[in-house]
Amino acid sequence: MSDTALPLPRLAGAERAPRSARARGYWRTVGRRLSRDYVTLFFALVIVVIALAAILAPLIAPFDPNATSIVNRLKPIGYKGLFILGTDELGRDVLSRLIYGGRISLLMGLLPVGLATCIGGFLGLIAGFAGGWVNALIMRIMDVFYAFPSVLLAVAISGTMGGGIVVSLVALTLVFIPPLCRVSEAATTQIRSRDFVDAARASGASSLSIMLYHVLRNVLAPVLIYASSLVSVSILLAAGLSFLGLGVEPPTPDWGLMLSTLRQSIYVQPVICALPGAAIFVCSLSFNLVSDGLRQAMDIKA
Amino acid sequence: MAADAVPRLITQPPTAADDPRDRGGPAQPLLIAQNLEKHFPIRGGMLSRKHGSIKAVDDVSFSVLKGETMGVVGESGCGKSTVARVLMGLVPQDKGSIVFDGELVGGQQGLPMRELRRNMQIVFQDSDSSLNPRLPIVESIAYGPRVHGMRRAEARSLARDLLQRVGLDPALFAFRYPHELSGGQKQRVNVARALALNPRLVILDEAVSALDKSIEAQVLNLLRQLKQTLNLTYVFISHDLNVVRCVSDRMLVMYLGQVVEIGPTDAIYRKPKHPYTEALLESRLTTDPRTRVEIAPLAGDPPNPADPPSGCRFRTRCVFAEEICAARRPALGGSSSHAAHLVACHMADPQSGHSRTAPSSQRAAALGC
Repeated sequence: MSDTALPLPRLAGAERAPRSARARGYWRTVGRRLSRDYVTLFFALVIVVIALAAILAPLIAPFDPNATSIVNRLKPIGYKGLFILGTDELGRDVLSRLIYGGRISLLMGLLPVGLATCIGGFLGLIAGFAGGWVNALIMRIMDVFYAFPSVLLAVAISGTMGGGIVVSLVALTLVFIPPLCRVSEAATTQIRSRDFVDAARASGASSLSIMLYHVLRNVLAPVLIYASSLVSVSILLAAGLSFLGLGVEPPTPDWGLMLSTLRQSIYVQPVICALPGAAIFVCSLSFNLVSDGLRQAMDIKA
Repeated sequence: MAADAVPRLITQPPTAADDPRDRGGPAQPLLIAQNLEKHFPIRGGMLSRKHGSIKAVDDVSFSVLKGETMGVVGESGCGKSTVARVLMGLVPQDKGSIVFDGELVGGQQGLPMRELRRNMQIVFQDSDSSLNPRLPIVESIAYGPRVHGMRRAEARSLARDLLQRVGLDPALFAFRYPHELSGGQKQRVNVARALALNPRLVILDEAVSALDKSIEAQVLNLLRQLKQTLNLTYVFISHDLNVVRCVSDRMLVMYLGQVVEIGPTDAIYRKPKHPYTEALLESRLTTDPRTRVEIAPLAGDPPNPADPPSGCRFRTRCVFAEEICAARRPALGGSSSHAAHLVACHMADPQSGHSRTAPSSQRAAALGC
């Protein structure tokens, strides 16, 4: 029928010759894949720059972020060659405040997610591994938190507990525990049914040992990928809390708070009003894209 | 018949005598399963109430002699794998007991489960799922010994040793991940993992069924060689009757959670006594067109294990079924000899009242002697 010869089926490589003498480990493979992903590397660099600026703020910032000056209120960008990004409604240097504000934003982005990853991830690991009523108990509690939209939940917790940095941290951590718990539980449940868990049990290992040695390393990647995508959400939520007056107390420099106080001057200095927003945007975008790159690099079929 | 022409891959008379781990002596079976029973509850509806149970394993008894290979065959879902999991303690049995080399397993004075697992290991069918995808294979193999208190470096060198034994060069393979191995290589690693605790009994739960034929033969040869050098005893679970025939010394046939026939492999293949075994053996595919059968020896599916037929469980598909088969469950004979060929069928029991009881006894009755 067909005029082209069918390709001969290749012999099944019974016990094929090894490709490389020593195979790379999982994390080394991830690292190698990341090092080729220039978009991710660029945005990782942006985060590093923001982080360095925040850490070294006292050395870099041209002015004291809290020094007010009535005469220099709401000056435009590049005013007198001193105020590179202009001044705010109290005459404070916006650039200095943005640099210092990075501290709070990064803290609010990383710490709640980190805490929630530990707590939620561990709860999910236990729920998924134990199954049965333990699973039902933990997951139903998580479902209660899930019933509220995350923004509302954060606002509600901060509102009832009285605001402030610590309260915001706690509120955001609580917001992020349920989703991380669920991701971890789903991954654990999937892994638990694999034969190597039974094989480990058949070799006399305890549940704790199996959980920490065998299951955790399989659950880590999906949980970390998901957690990294939450950092930008956390930054945005923290900025939102500050904007509503539930986060950082006023004079502390914070991007969300700056956005909130500068918005009254939007007709006087629209560009300067937009600066804190731009900072939030760049920071959260960077985290998002890095998270995306991380997901691609870690998504190795194994 | 071609019975004697089949190459025997694994045949060794029991040679447990000079094993320092031996406790009960050569005559003591290595493993005795007594009246094992495992029913899985079916839950559902409001408050997940139990309404019925799957009778996966129902009153199963057998023994495995030292140094032999015991084949276990049966259709899918007949409880072969559940027996394996019950023996390993991965699924607790509802009833019955396990005796390992003369010692009762579990309970207050019995052999602890941990100790049993050191002596008994299992290889699963799914070679991929049996290995942790995030662990280099050397660590997967070394895990068992480390759990039992061996130091990391020691366990690793043992693991490399075992890789060598199963035919994988440790220099090339030790630090590979499972996804970098072929199916046959992965199953070799699983065999190495099972051997890491120096067990006396290895349960091979469809261990070669998922491999393609050429590799299956390689792994079977490997298993035979390991059995001889390490003085192992195998429980070989499979649905591949040809492989079981060439591998096992004795075999048992399971149907719907029960043992229907047990005996020396040769005897069963030469003259199956149970109609189910007969049908099972006839259903084997043949490469000879002249022996081709047009009619399926066994039709339909096994009945629902949650609601098995009364009496003999095979009667719904058996062409010889009579009233007695529905009324009374046939017993598996009472002989205590391990070489005995036992069958749970009324036709084999002259006292059962079945019209087709063993022809020899019928003739004897007719002759009046």
